[in-house]
Amino acid sequence: MTENFLKRYSFNIVANDFINAGKASSAIKGNLKSMGINAHIVRRIAIISYEAEINIVIHSIGGQLHCDLYHDKIVITSTDVGPGINDIEMAMTEGFSTAPESVRELGFGAGMGLPNMKKYSDDFKITSGSKGTEIVITIFL
Amino acid sequence: MKINEMASILNAEIITDFSDENTDIMYGFASDLMSDVLAFATSDSILITGLNNHQVIRTAEMLDITTVIFVRGKKPGKEIVDLAVENKLTILATDYTMFKTCGLLVINGMKGIEGND
Repeated sequence: MTENFLKRYSFNIVANDFINAGKASSAIKGNLKSMGINAHIVRRIAIISYEAEINIVIHSIGGQLHCDLYHDKIVITSTDVGPGINDIEMAMTEGFSTAPESVRELGFGAGMGLPNMKKYSDDFKITSGSKGTEIVITIFL
Repeated sequence: MKINEMASILNAEIITDFSDENTDIMYGFASDLMSDVLAFATSDSILITGLNNHQVIRTAEMLDITTVIFVRGKKPGKEIVDLAVENKLTILATDYTMFKTCGLLVINGMKGIEGND
């Protein structure tokens, strides 16, 4: 954390909970909006955060979503416990998905999650291993 | 296009209505895949979908979309409607297919989102 750091919002995300999926991102969006942050930036963060949240729900056995607010940037960090991603390069390809049919029936698993997150970010970092995945996304204000 | 006009064209039921006299939506995006909606839809478009679950409302919320049209006779349940109300989202439901819904809206002046962001 640098001296620029202002605030952190953290949320536990439960695996396979499609009813509550999106609540954390909704709270993040609401908080940023009430702070008067530019609507276009809030929208980008909401999309990134929501895709990250859905990914945790679909692919992991649980995780956390953090939103760190700095004077000059917002950082979304998604950490999960799970099988990790075998081939990150493939996972970054639009349309590539390992999601099961049951998830596709819910409207997700189209293979757009990670590419979407990258598309809306200013900086995108992903690390994944056999115990889980961490994604750190920065948007400059 | 006004909400009442859409409802009339689509023979649709207005389930929730948070529109006002300034609501006039010119663009539409249709998909059952919420990730595609997140990738392509814009806040000034309506979302047309045959998917009927909480994530439709959440997706609209994240994108600042104000109006959702459920097609193919899909009627959102109470929990989904409550979430829509919480987010001040206007919901219409029509028995028409997605193809027919899009066709009728386009014939009546609505446009796709291409090149609009």
